[in-house]
Amino acid sequence: MSGNNLTVKERLAIPRVTMSELDPSGRSGNFLEVNTGLSKEQAMREAQRCLKCKDAPCVDGCPVQIDIPGFVAAIAEDDFHTASVILHRDNALPAVCGRVCPQEVQCEARCVLGVKGKPVAIGYLERFAADWALNHGVKPERKHLPGSSGKSVAVIGCGPAGITAAAELAAKGHSLKIFEALHDTGGVLRYGIPEFRLPKEIVDTEVARLASMGVEIECNVVVGKTITLRQVRDEYDAVFIGNGAGLPVMLGIPGENLKGVYSANEYLTRVNLMGAGQSADCATPIIRGRNVAVIGGGNTAMDCVRVARRLGAERAMLVYRRSEAEMPARLEEIKHAKEEGVELILLTAPLEIIADGEGWSSALRCQKMQLGEPDASGRRKPVPIPGEIFDLEADVVINALGTRANPLLTSTEPELALNRWKNIEADEDGATSLHRVYAGGDIVRGGATVILAMGDGKKAAAAIHEILSGSVARLEKLFQAG
Amino acid sequence: MFEVIDNEMLAPNLHRIVVRAPRIAAARKAGQFVIIRVEKGGERIPLTIGDADSSRGTITLFVQAVGATTRKLVAIPVKGHMRDVAGPLGMPTIIETWGRVVCVGGGVGTAVLYPMARALAEAGNEVTSIIGGRSGELVILADELSEFSAETLITTEDGSLGRQGFVTTVLDELLRDPARSPNAVFAVGPVPMMRAVVEMTRSRGIKTIVSLNPIMIDGTGMCGGCRVLIGGETRFACVDGPEFDGHLVDFDNLTDRLTTYREHECRAVAQISVNREAA
Ligand SMILES: Cc1cc2nc3c(=O)[nH]c(=O)nc-3n(C[C@H](O)[C@H](O)[C@H](O)COP(=O)(O)OP(=O)(O)OC[C@H]3O[C@@H](n4cnc5c(N)ncnc54)[C@H](O)[C@@H]3O)c2cc1C
Ligand SMILES: Cc1cc2nc3c(=O)[nH]c(=O)nc-3n(C[C@H](O)[C@H](O)[C@H](O)COP(=O)(O)OP(=O)(O)OC[C@H]3O[C@@H](n4cnc5c(N)ncnc54)[C@H](O)[C@@H]3O)c2cc1C
Ligand code: SF4
Ligand code: SF4
Ligand code: FES
Repeated sequence: MSGNNLTVKERLAIPRVTMSELDPSGRSGNFLEVNTGLSKEQAMREAQRCLKCKDAPCVDGCPVQIDIPGFVAAIAEDDFHTASVILHRDNALPAVCGRVCPQEVQCEARCVLGVKGKPVAIGYLERFAADWALNHGVKPERKHLPGSSGKSVAVIGCGPAGITAAAELAAKGHSLKIFEALHDTGGVLRYGIPEFRLPKEIVDTEVARLASMGVEIECNVVVGKTITLRQVRDEYDAVFIGNGAGLPVMLGIPGENLKGVYSANEYLTRVNLMGAGQSADCATPIIRGRNVAVIGGGNTAMDCVRVARRLGAERAMLVYRRSEAEMPARLEEIKHAKEEGVELILLTAPLEIIADGEGWSSALRCQKMQLGEPDASGRRKPVPIPGEIFDLEADVVINALGTRANPLLTSTEPELALNRWKNIEADEDGATSLHRVYAGGDIVRGGATVILAMGDGKKAAAAIHEILSGSVARLEKLFQAG
Repeated sequence: MFEVIDNEMLAPNLHRIVVRAPRIAAARKAGQFVIIRVEKGGERIPLTIGDADSSRGTITLFVQAVGATTRKLVAIPVKGHMRDVAGPLGMPTIIETWGRVVCVGGGVGTAVLYPMARALAEAGNEVTSIIGGRSGELVILADELSEFSAETLITTEDGSLGRQGFVTTVLDELLRDPARSPNAVFAVGPVPMMRAVVEMTRSRGIKTIVSLNPIMIDGTGMCGGCRVLIGGETRFACVDGPEFDGHLVDFDNLTDRLTTYREHECRAVAQISVNREAA
């Protein structure tokens, strides 16, 4: 394991590292992080697989264009400090992204090694370097915090989009204030993604880092209710909106309002934000359920069903209307769920939730489906098989169909242009129809990913900095003069 | 952290708590509520904003200690703190000039009713308030309501104060008397009371507004836990309500959903009693 001067052949001969994990039988009863991380030796060996391609196609697969060959090479050379510095240049939350990015469709999907064999484990390596930095108290190198610019920016929402925008702008010397509706920070990283995939300690550390840069965070401020967007605009030189897409899509089937029926947002918020079910004396309750049916096939559904298993469900079932190949969840999540005893009930659509006579859910009535012609998304469309209807016993049913834009903020500012899905309309830089108001993340894209939200926050921050530092104003003047 | 400025016991288990929350005090309208958390790790619970003083930056809550969280809340001393207070949430009461209105409050519902009734009176309506409780000591805010009500009628189940019986007995009399019958009714209280009121006004076609109390978490329309059925459609009480046209409410569903965590609540209260004894 010496150095990084291997031949291509030697590199190709190294097998891809396997992440070590907690044993499935034990972990399905607790909330400890499942992936335990790479050892130093494992990380260096994995990093040596990288061919350091000149055109680095992997970088194009990363929405924030991390210098992947650069940080990977640093790991191979046993220089973890440099690796973490390179990561932080393009990504404010590498410890988060290394864990939750859907690498198999982003960076790793483009890795040349993937053509014949398995791609470099870019996500694992990113996590390794970021964790190393966290554990060694390495602060991301900031190009020397400039003096105060005298300008102030308000950020609405403390999720990945808002956190990134605030970090970028604070580093430019602007005075930053984040308004968060909930009593705690992090957005979906806190209330949506469970501890066993993303330890909340990581979110805490990242938020503490923001505070140490002088960013002020005020929780319990629901913009649109506590203060209006108009007030925020009047008080600050610019505004970034990153309020996410927190509105559950309802099932619209009979029985949806029975006891024991949850939206994924409610179920996950109770457990992740409020701590329900994680200790015997938690103030916030949750119905544990013996037979839990989760409807959906994305990351949210996977998180719900794995939480249900940890809360003691004997049968934790995922009910999805297409087949496994079409599931939008990360591959690793599907693998982990299966290992933990989650049952995938595929090609199955919910019809109705049946009551037990006392207002509780007792069963999910289902329709068997088959795959027909491809639809607009290119995926084969599930169609019902006539007559094939069956009941799944379920005392808890969780709807994880997805989320839409929450209208709480946008409906209070009629001049803010929305598209037909009620998402905020924003250009490439995140500029909205309102002067000096930018937006990004799920409120613009609909439910997307952490790294895309961060990318938006970063782009908008650059644009905001540009207008605040006066260069645009100067250009405008030049224009008029010429 | 939100400082408690005043905490006064109005009746057994009923407290008036004044808390410093300047942003909320400035923005709040009648009918809106806050979501509070007493302490770290605590539950989020909704409470109506009973009153506000924007110059002092305070809001007033009327809290009935019914379970674990509300008991901890009323025990916070003056100068003590609530960890979180978020709001104002929900839609404000739609204030119209109806002419004659009757405001019916049962138990702690009277606290929710009070800001609505006052706003209605301030808008020029003639307000008759009917409030009740099991016994006289549980009847709250009678003096405060009298300040702006044309008439304040009190009922108690044991006859210890005002008329013996239910608020609905008195409402029925008003409805039968053409000279006193209202153009609109506002009712807040236990679900069976609101249901009874709604059944009395339905056949007479009198507009009836009720304030619903489903279980809430975020209070911002994010979780859907507070969903109620209104005219057969699912609505979120925290953003679309909490006030709805009583004639459209599915009270069976609301009653049922409110019992979801009954077992857990009993355990939580037992836990508090054990802790008190141990202390
Ligand atoms: C259960 C679940 C699992 C997921 N798993 C993954 C995954 O594995 N990988 C991945 O890449 N993506 C995943 N996603 C998607 C990803 O989490 C989101 O795309 C991302 O968090 C969006 O970031 P954001 O900053 O735009 O919004 P959010 O994370 O939603 O944050 C928005 C914040 O704004 C606050 N807010 C809302 N309204 C207001 C208001 N009016 N005033 C003030 N504050 C307000 C909210 O409380 C919240 O804190 C998952 C999503 C869910 C729900
Ligand atoms: C919009 C709204 C306004 C309200 N205004 C007031 C008020 O001004 N004064 C007042 O004393 N009470 C008010 N309530 C009721 C108050 O929220 C509950 O009494 C409180 O949540 C009980 O909590 P607990 O832990 O003390 O009791 P628990 O033992 O947990 O519960 C007692 C009762 O309260 C209900 N409840 C429990 N948790 C919640 C929750 N998170 N949301 C709603 N209901 C819950 C339970 O179903 C049960 O019926 C209001 C409720 C709503 C929805
Ligand atoms: S941020 Fe995500 S997509 Fe980019 S390199 Fe890291 S894991 Fe890959
Ligand atoms: S494509 Fe793969 S092998 Fe090439 S630089 Fe990127 S990670 Fe390394
Ligand atoms: S309390 Fe969560 S949507 Fe109303």
